[in-house]
Amino acid sequence: MSDATLPAVAAAPRFRLNLPLGVAIGVSWILLMLAVAVLADVISPYAYTALDLRNRLSPPVGMGGVWAHPLGTDELGRDVLSRLIYSIRMSLLIAFGATIIGAVFGTTMGFLAAHFRGWVEQAVLALVDFSASLPFLILALAVLAFFGNSLSLFIVLLGFHAWERYARIARGLAISAGAQGYAAAVRQLGAGPLRVYGRHILPNIASTLIVSMTLAFPEIILLESGLSFLGLGVQPPSTSLGNMVGYGREYLTRAPWILLAPAFTIITTTLAVSMVGDWLRDRLDPTLR
Amino acid sequence: MLRFLATRLARALITIVMVVTFAFVVLRLSGDPALLIMSVDAPPEAIAAFRASWGLDDPLWQQYLKYFTAILHGDLGRSMRDGRDAIALVAERIPATLALTLPALAIKLSIGIPSGIYAALHRNSLTDRVVMGLAVLGFTVPSFVLGLLLVLVFAVQLGWLPSGGQDSWRHAILPVITLGAGGAAVLARFTRSAMLEVLGQPYIRTASAKGVPWRAVVRNHALPNAAIPTVTIIGFMVGSLIAGAVVVESVFSWPGVGRLLVVAVANRDLAVVQCILLLVAGTMVASNLVVDLLYGALDPRLRQARAGGAA
Repeated sequence: MSDATLPAVAAAPRFRLNLPLGVAIGVSWILLMLAVAVLADVISPYAYTALDLRNRLSPPVGMGGVWAHPLGTDELGRDVLSRLIYSIRMSLLIAFGATIIGAVFGTTMGFLAAHFRGWVEQAVLALVDFSASLPFLILALAVLAFFGNSLSLFIVLLGFHAWERYARIARGLAISAGAQGYAAAVRQLGAGPLRVYGRHILPNIASTLIVSMTLAFPEIILLESGLSFLGLGVQPPSTSLGNMVGYGREYLTRAPWILLAPAFTIITTTLAVSMVGDWLRDRLDPTLR
Repeated sequence: MLRFLATRLARALITIVMVVTFAFVVLRLSGDPALLIMSVDAPPEAIAAFRASWGLDDPLWQQYLKYFTAILHGDLGRSMRDGRDAIALVAERIPATLALTLPALAIKLSIGIPSGIYAALHRNSLTDRVVMGLAVLGFTVPSFVLGLLLVLVFAVQLGWLPSGGQDSWRHAILPVITLGAGGAAVLARFTRSAMLEVLGQPYIRTASAKGVPWRAVVRNHALPNAAIPTVTIIGFMVGSLIAGAVVVESVFSWPGVGRLLVVAVANRDLAVVQCILLLVAGTMVASNLVVDLLYGALDPRLRQARAGGAA
């Protein structure tokens, strides 16, 4: 409320972004990737399925290629740059969707456990133990085998990666928050559990949850690209970064650029997000490891 | 101690039961098994006969009990591809996988732990930064990219090593390095942070302050305490010996359990998938159990707390 009375100009010089160089580069890279994902339709020189049969397996510029296809083309003459742009969009979309699903589901389960205690809590904790005790890749493969594949199922499935971490964190923090004065106070004022958890406890533990999300995000990119690489994730004609690597593998000897462009993008993006995540963790929440 | 053991064992059993239930529920949710296994245009009488013989018309809880007893009898069904016993199919792949994962585990332990300890003891030194930089890279480079890059350099460009297959020990070199590098990076990072945490504790300062030589402080006070969290992650690595090479086996066309799993998933060979799922869960739960017992041995506090009933 008092924000309006403070002059905005006075606050500006106090807020100095003191980013280490590596983190600054990471943030810029993430922003660049986001821009590419959002503007894919505008900046992509070709449609990602467009064929150019006269320029098949054309190398990138600098290796004897033509400027019409700066990163070269694949075995069907599809432009690698355009496919890369759409793959970035697809991989980021999946990673964002899955991270949000995991965070929402995990936090809700954690809150339920904290609110009801008793057998609800025991059930949630048993589920947490269960997911923590199996390698997620195997679980995901089993579900894909049983249900077959579709994009929405795939995103929801990846969303279950790391949900148990949010659940653990949310439960622990909500229990300790419940014991503090502010939660008791709003409860005394007649607020229902939805309001107490949504409007009061959640904002107080949000920083820890956000840090967990930045740590889970690169893991989900790696999982998605791994599954797509195996041919069990994103299905053609759609394309994702792992998918491109998987197909490029066939042409490893003749046309390594098909594979190197998306591989490089996966590495730089996960590197950027984890560096930013590590830095955020150190800044916001030193208790998390 | 006996009570501690009993609760751990009970929890391990509960996890196994949950995995079995998970497989059952998912299998039933995924559609009518009769239609999945037989072709869609099979005559209705054949489908009815199939349903009767598999007990698909029974109430769900009876089916569940039947399913459970079958698994307890070691009957995990037959592969839908070639009709062979799913367990036999999986079992014959295990040695090939272990031929990769055991040497890789040795690499992880022998590189990851010492470099993590060294980095922690020389915090912020050049070596620390180099080790941690490599460790972050090891985590962010996915195994299939690392594997393919190694193939590109050592098999395609230099021609020193074969790129795939399983004919001699030379074929195992690249996959073992690929597997080991990623795990070593994770372990180095983890060991370093566990060590740093311990080195910041008051008892380390006390030991140094009363004149214990630094080497002895590290050996007798820091290392044993840092070992406790590190054992957890090593346990996870041991638990994934069987199925920790899914992606790498695919990159190098190595005929192990992981490759079998990928093919089975692609073909929706549910019996094989389920068998591998249970096998993985079993090894994972067993190694977690061993880790818990090791905890008791490593950390007397835990043992006493449990024995005193103050869990």
